[in-house]
Amino acid sequence: MTQTTHTAIADQVDDSHHPKSFISKYVWSQDHKVIAIQYSITAIGVGLVALVLSGMMRLQLGFPDQFSFIDPSSYLQFVTMHGMIMVIYLLTALLLGGFGNYLIPLMIGARDMVFPYLNMLSYWTYLLSVIVLLASFFVTGGPTGAGWTLYPPQAVLNGTPGAENGIVFMLISLAIFIVAFTMGGLNYVTTILQARAKGMTLMRMPLTIWGIFVATILGLLAFPALLVSAIMMMFDKLVGTSFFMPAILSLGENIDHKGGSPILFQHLFWFFGHPEVYIVALPAFGMVSDVIATHARKNIFGYRMMVWAIVAIGGLSFVVWAHHMYVSGMNPYFGFFFATTTLIIAVPTAIKVYNWLLTLWQGNIHLTIPMLFAIGFIFTFTHGGLTGLMLGNVVVDLPLSDTYFVVAHFHMVMGVSPVMVLFAAIYHWFPKVTGKFLHTGLGKIHFWGTFLGTYAIYLPMHYLGFLGVPRRYFAMGTTDFIPESAQALNASITVSAIIVGVIQLVFIFNLIWSVFKGKKAGDNPWNATTLEWQTTKTPPVHGNWGPSLPVVHRWAYDYSVPGVKDDFIPQNVAPDQVIMIEKVEGAENVEGMESNQKGDNT
Amino acid sequence: MAIAIVIVLLVIGSLIFHYVSPWWFTPLASNWGAIDDTINITLWVTGIVFVLVNLFLAYVVFRFQYNKNRRAHYEPENTKLEGWLTAITAIGVAGMLAPGLFVWASFINVPQESDVIEVVGQQWHWSFRLPGNDGELGRTAIALISEKNPFGLDTKDSSGQDDILILSNEMHIPIDRPVKVLLRSKDVLHNFAVPQFRVKMDLVPGTVTYLWFKPTKIGRFEILCEELCGVAHYTMRGSVVVDSAEDYQTWLSEQQTFAQSMAVPLGDMEKGWELYAGCAGCHGAQGEGIKSLNAPRLAGMSSWYTKRQLAYFQKKIRGTDANDTSGQLMSQMSQLLADKAAINDVAFYINSLKPDEAAHSSTGDLSKGKQLFRSCSYCHGEKAEGNFFMNAPKLSGQHDWYLSQQLNNYKKGIRGNHPFDLYGSQMMLMSRLLHDEKAILDVVSYIGTLDKGLSK
Repeated sequence: MTQTTHTAIADQVDDSHHPKSFISKYVWSQDHKVIAIQYSITAIGVGLVALVLSGMMRLQLGFPDQFSFIDPSSYLQFVTMHGMIMVIYLLTALLLGGFGNYLIPLMIGARDMVFPYLNMLSYWTYLLSVIVLLASFFVTGGPTGAGWTLYPPQAVLNGTPGAENGIVFMLISLAIFIVAFTMGGLNYVTTILQARAKGMTLMRMPLTIWGIFVATILGLLAFPALLVSAIMMMFDKLVGTSFFMPAILSLGENIDHKGGSPILFQHLFWFFGHPEVYIVALPAFGMVSDVIATHARKNIFGYRMMVWAIVAIGGLSFVVWAHHMYVSGMNPYFGFFFATTTLIIAVPTAIKVYNWLLTLWQGNIHLTIPMLFAIGFIFTFTHGGLTGLMLGNVVVDLPLSDTYFVVAHFHMVMGVSPVMVLFAAIYHWFPKVTGKFLHTGLGKIHFWGTFLGTYAIYLPMHYLGFLGVPRRYFAMGTTDFIPESAQALNASITVSAIIVGVIQLVFIFNLIWSVFKGKKAGDNPWNATTLEWQTTKTPPVHGNWGPSLPVVHRWAYDYSVPGVKDDFIPQNVAPDQVIMIEKVEGAENVEGMESNQKGDNT
Repeated sequence: MAIAIVIVLLVIGSLIFHYVSPWWFTPLASNWGAIDDTINITLWVTGIVFVLVNLFLAYVVFRFQYNKNRRAHYEPENTKLEGWLTAITAIGVAGMLAPGLFVWASFINVPQESDVIEVVGQQWHWSFRLPGNDGELGRTAIALISEKNPFGLDTKDSSGQDDILILSNEMHIPIDRPVKVLLRSKDVLHNFAVPQFRVKMDLVPGTVTYLWFKPTKIGRFEILCEELCGVAHYTMRGSVVVDSAEDYQTWLSEQQTFAQSMAVPLGDMEKGWELYAGCAGCHGAQGEGIKSLNAPRLAGMSSWYTKRQLAYFQKKIRGTDANDTSGQLMSQMSQLLADKAAINDVAFYINSLKPDEAAHSSTGDLSKGKQLFRSCSYCHGEKAEGNFFMNAPKLSGQHDWYLSQQLNNYKKGIRGNHPFDLYGSQMMLMSRLLHDEKAILDVVSYIGTLDKGLSK
C-alpha cells in the first residue's frame, strides 16, 4: 500500500486568491469574516421583526380589546413567528453563522474555513430561508399560527391560521435553513478538527471554540430530525399521506386520513428541539467564559471541567427530549427516565455556573460593558436554570406545563441569557470586527435597560404560571380562579416589554454610530490572550495572518500569571519570549505555570 | 459597584415579590397534595441556591473590582473544591428528584376502585361519556360520528347502548371518589386541565390517554384546554361540577343513554304546526320575525339549535337578565311547551319553514366586515350556514337588527353570562373582537350578503 503524504493545513503556504472587486469582496464573499457579518446583519434584522411581533402580542395580553388589528388569528401568527424567528433564524444563525464564522478561524489560527465556497453558499441559502419565511406574511391566509412547535394535526388543518399556505412556507423555509446549517456546520467541525494552528491542541482551545464545536455537532445530529418531520408534514399537507394524521374530523368534517401518529411528530420535533436549546446555549457558555476571563484578568477556573461539562451537556441533551412531553399522552413510564436524565444534566450545568463564579473570585474585575452583560448572564441563567429543575421534575411539571411559568422559564434560560451573552460578545469583539469601540455610555443605558427590563418582564410572569394562566391564550376572559389583579400584572409586563424593545434601538444606533464615529481600538484593546486579538491588522485582512500562521505555545487563559510582567500572555508567545518581573520569586512561578499546562496533551 | 448592589437588591426584591405576591396556586381541590409538597421542596432547594449563588456573585463583583495595584490570583484548577461542589449538587438534585418520582408513580398507577369517565375534546368544546350500568364504554370510531351520533359510538357494540352521553361542556362527578379520566379527541390535540386538581394531560386523536384524581371539594371548577388547538383555543372551556353523592345521583338520573338518544323521534310535523301557533304571534306565521316586536326570524333554523335555546329559556338560563325584556318574555312563553317532545316537534316544524330572503339594510363596510368575519367563520361556516359539530347556529338569513342586538348583548354580558349557559361564554369572549358599533355594523352587513340565493 502506498502512503500518500499530506501537508497539514497549518504548514501550507498562503496561496489564496485575494478578491479584488467590490462584489467578490463584500457580496459573493468567501471570506469567513465577511460571511459572518452578513449572517449577523441578516439575523439581527430578522430578529428585530420578531421583536416587533412580540410587542404586538404583548399589547393584546396587557391591554385586551384595545387594538383592532389583533384578532385571535393574528395573535397566534405573531406568537408563532416570534418564537420560530428568535430560536432558529436569530439565535442559531447569529451564534453559529455569525460568531462561529467570525471566531473559529481567528481563534484557532487558520486563514479561513476549510471550505470557503461552501461557507458562502451557506449564507446565501440561509438568506433564502429567511426570505421564504418572511414571504409567508404576504400569502393568502398569512403565516402559520400553529405555535412554534407546529404540532400536527392542527398545524395543517383549517381552523389554524395559515393552514392554507403559511405552514407550507414555514416548512420549506425550515428545510432550506437546515441545508444552510448543514453546509456551515460541516465546515465548522472540519475546520476546527483540521485547520488549527501548530500547537493548538484541543485542550488549548478557548472555550468559545469548544462551545461552538460541540453545538455544531449537536446541530448536525439534531436538525435532520426536524428536516424529516418537516418533509413528512409537508407530504401530509400536500400529498395526503398520514404520517402524523390519524382518522379525525376537521371542523366537523371527516377528512381522508388514518393511522398516523401526532405523538411521533412531537418525538421528532423535540429530538431536534431539545438539543436546539444547547445549540444556542453552548456557544453562549463558551463565549461568556472568554469574556469573563478576559475582563476579570483571571484564568478560567477549572478549564478541563468546563470542557468536559460542555461535552457532557451536549451528550446528555440527546436523551432528555421527552421532558417537553410529560403531559403529551406518551407512555407515562417514560416520565421516570426523562425526569432522571433531565435532572442529571443540571449537574454539569451547575458546575459551569460555579466555575464562572470561581473565575471571578480573586479576579481583578473590569466592569466593562461586556463584563456587565456577562454578570447579567450569570444572574438570568441561574434563575432560568433553576426553574428548569422545577419543570424537569416530572410531577412538578403537571400543574405548570402549558402555563406562563413555562413561557417565563424558557425566555429566561434561552431568550434572555443567550441574548445577554450575545450582547457581551458584540461589545467584546466589535473592536476586532470594526477597529472601533462601541460607545460606553450608550452601552450602559442598553445594559441596564435590558437587564432590569427583562427581569421585570419575566419574574412576574412565573407567578401568572403558578396561578394557572395558560399560555397561547388570546384572552383570558373572566375566570373564577384568576383574580382581576392578574390583568394589572399583565399590563405591567407589557409596559416593561415595550421599554426593553425600545432600548434595543439604542443598541442599533450604537452599532451604526460606532462603525463610523467610534473610538479607535488597537489590535488588542482588552489585552486578551486568544489568537484573534493577535492579528497585526484590525480588522484582520483576508487570510487573517499575513505571510505566516501563528504558532501556539500555551492554553488560552494565561492571565495574571505570577512573576510575569504583563497580566496576560497571548497564546502565541513562546515561553522564552515571556517577559518576567525581575525578581527572584519569578523562577518558581514559571515552573508552576508549566505544570498548569499538563492537560494540554489530551 | 452598582451592579453588585443591584444584584443584591434583585435577590431581595425577588424574595419579597415571592412572599407578598397574591398570585399563587389556586387552592387545591383534589387528592394531589403530594404534588404541592414536591413543588414546595423544589422551591426551597432552588430558592436557596438562587439566593446563595447570586449573593456570592454580588460579593465577588464587589470584593474583586478592578484595582490597578492588585493582580488577579492564578489558580487554574482545584480538583478537591470541584469534586465537593459536584457532589453537593448531585445530592441536592437527587433530593428533589426522588420524591418527584414517587409521586409520579402514584399518578400513573390508577387505583383499582376508580370510577371511569371519558372526556371527549373537539374544536372548541368538551363532551363526556359514562360507561353506564355495564361499567364498560362502547367502541367508537371517527367515521361513525354524525349529528344523530355525535360520539361516534358503534351501534353493533352492545356495551355502548347503556353509555351515558353528556353532550355539553359540563360534567358532574361525585366527591371523594377517585376517578379515572379517559381522554379522547375527535380532531386535534387538546389538553384537559383543571388548575384546582393540579393534574393535566393531552387529548391525542387516534389514541386514548388518561389521568386520575380524587375530588375533595364540592364546587364548580373550570376546565381549560391547555394545548393549542386552533384559533378559538382560548374559548375552549368547560366545567367540572363536584357534587355530593345525592346531588350526583339526581343529576345522573336526568342524563340520556346512547340507546335513548338514538330513539328520539325526528319530530311530528302536525303537532309542531299546532304548537307553533303560540309562537306565530310574535315571530310571524312563516317564522319571518317581526322587528317591532323584537322577534328574530326562526324559519329554517336548525332544530338542534332551536331545542337548545328553548331548553335554556325554559330553565331560565336565558332571558333572566334585567336588561333583556324580550328574553324575559321568551322565557315565559317557552313554558307553554309542556315537555321535551313538544320542543322536539316545534323545532322540527320551524326547521321546515322556508326562509324568504331577509331584507338587509345595513350599510357597513363589507370588506372590513369580511375581515372581521374570518374569526366567526371557523365555527359558523364560510357562508354563516351554521355547523352542528361546532355547536354554531346558522347566522345567514337572520335579520341584521337582531344579530347586532345579540352581539351587543354578548358583549355586555346580557346574554351568555349565566353560569349554566355552556356555550355563552365562548360567544362572550368572541364578541369582544368587535370593538365598537362600527365593527358590529360591518360584520352584520357582511353576514347579510351571505344568504343571497341561498335557501336553507
